[in-house]
Amino acid sequence: MITVELIKLCRRPRTWASLFLLCALPATIAIFLAVTKVGPAPGEEPAFLAAVLANGSLFPAAALAIVLPIFLPVAVAVIAGDSVAGEASSGMLRYLLIRPVGRTRLLVAKLVAVVAFVLLAVVSVAVTSYVIGISLFEAQPGTTVTTVSGVSLTPTELLVRTAGALVYVAISMLGVAAIALFLSTLTDSSLGAALGALAALVTSTALVTLDAAAAVRPYLPTRYWLAWIDFFRDPILWRDIERGLALQAVYVAVLLAAAWANFTTKDVTS
Amino acid sequence: MITTRALTKRYGPIVAVDSVDISVRSGERYGLLGPNGSGKTTLLRLILGLVYATSGEIEVMGASVPRRVGAVLPDIGTLVEGPAAYGHLSGRANLALLDRAGPARGGGGRHARRRRIDQALERVGLAGIDNRPVKAYSLGMRQRLGLAAALLNAPRLLVLDEPTNGLDPQGIREIRDLLSELNAAGTTVFLSSHLLAEIEQLCTRVGVMDRGSLVLEESVEVLRAPTGRTIVRTPDVDLAAALLDGRIEARSGDRLVVRHPDPAELNGLLVTAGLRVTEIGAEHRSLEDVVLQVTSAGSDRVDGSGRVDNSRSVDGSGRVDDSGRVDDSRSVDDSRSVDDSRSVDDSGRVDDSRRVDDSRSSGAS
Repeated sequence: MITVELIKLCRRPRTWASLFLLCALPATIAIFLAVTKVGPAPGEEPAFLAAVLANGSLFPAAALAIVLPIFLPVAVAVIAGDSVAGEASSGMLRYLLIRPVGRTRLLVAKLVAVVAFVLLAVVSVAVTSYVIGISLFEAQPGTTVTTVSGVSLTPTELLVRTAGALVYVAISMLGVAAIALFLSTLTDSSLGAALGALAALVTSTALVTLDAAAAVRPYLPTRYWLAWIDFFRDPILWRDIERGLALQAVYVAVLLAAAWANFTTKDVTS
Repeated sequence: MITTRALTKRYGPIVAVDSVDISVRSGERYGLLGPNGSGKTTLLRLILGLVYATSGEIEVMGASVPRRVGAVLPDIGTLVEGPAAYGHLSGRANLALLDRAGPARGGGGRHARRRRIDQALERVGLAGIDNRPVKAYSLGMRQRLGLAAALLNAPRLLVLDEPTNGLDPQGIREIRDLLSELNAAGTTVFLSSHLLAEIEQLCTRVGVMDRGSLVLEESVEVLRAPTGRTIVRTPDVDLAAALLDGRIEARSGDRLVVRHPDPAELNGLLVTAGLRVTEIGAEHRSLEDVVLQVTSAGSDRVDGSGRVDNSRSVDGSGRVDDSGRVDDSRSVDDSRSVDDSRSVDDSGRVDDSRRVDDSRSSGAS
């Protein structure tokens, strides 16, 4: 069933369209930067963009900062929200279950496909932006790069840290995927599930910046999203990264358990 | 093959399936009839483990459903509430995905899969299908594709919901032949339909549902038993009427309905008397009469409160007159409700006891 889900993911035009859009946004920004040479002031959002003009190999990090707030969560929410609800609305859910595919197995396969999409999305953004970065900006392979903390990094170190940041972002996205997947088992409308997940994220983002909500801040799903930047500090600032990972693990575990409990006991009337 | 005991499914306050005891035997062609919204599809979903029962038991091929449904589903081919497919993929790709998703019956190799899919497509008349995506298919093609998916596993039991929906007369004939052929090869066929003619031609036994309950379960042969009347067509209609005086129940043009159980004997009688007979035969109850008698109007019909729906107005003897119109000898006032209780005895005669009752609350929906 996992193979079937992966084949379905690959043969879906939507998958490739959303990946293309994800990669196109950083590329557009890169082109503007390269043409005008007008970078944002150092320290301004999105992170790293100012440094890119000097060194193109930092562009993957900048690209992550560009797609992380909106584009990536939207793409993940759409794919994960569609996973069960989409089958239900197309009527295929009943035929899969009758085939038979066990309900737990179907849910696991859906989850694997969503994880695959998240990884594919993060990696393709990183790879395309690296290629764009070194071809449009001054590439200085072999030379050092300055971190957020002002310390220089060797290319190997940079590679390792970028990889770490990618993994961290991917795991943050799993939280989004878990919310959308859970909602997807509740409704037969994939749009509803995706929008529900996005609504949760927008609420969380709004509360993170609200001082009045300080009491709940550590438990908000987006609270530690930006902790991936800490991979580029020297030494790496593990505190927020660790908390972020633990928080996402709790969200993923609880929501998947809820999705499983709901899906395995629900009447399939679609 | 399929047995349910006191099977009940409630959706909130609505009782979709109400204490149903159905029994489908191995090798049968069983037709489930009933108006729209009478619970046919919910019953099928319950049997397939898609929907969980509120109470009661289901047993399919010896396995208790839904607990052990996974063990028997590989032996069941289904079509529930219309076919479904991924619109952006071709029919063949759809079948390939479905085939891969389930247990690989008859080999999981590339060739075995291909052969299975080709076979299923050929059976339903889609052998020459191209690579067009399913969203470009006609309704009939989708229906055939759905049937192909149901046949993928070479099932021992086919559970089909409206299998001929969307097909033209030729297609309906083809599917009927296919189902008969599969049945002859040992597949039990359990199908639901509201096309009475469909069921009458294909099925050996029928169950009739009305408002969630199974109101009748009987073999088609018994239901279609002779009524004890003979229909005679003769150019000498006046002479015949005179000869059979007192036994004529209805007369229209050259057609007589005679109270006489044996057409051969009656024919002898008429011919001996020098009358010419164009056509003679025993009158049979039609499935339509039976079903209309035991069911109420479908839930898709919404009448104002207290109105009596005419579609159920069959007279006390269950007779329908020549023109096919219902002869409602007891005029029922619009403001009254009608309460029907009917039972079929062993000889297959439908015994009708009808009560007209003044209370507006009971009866017609």
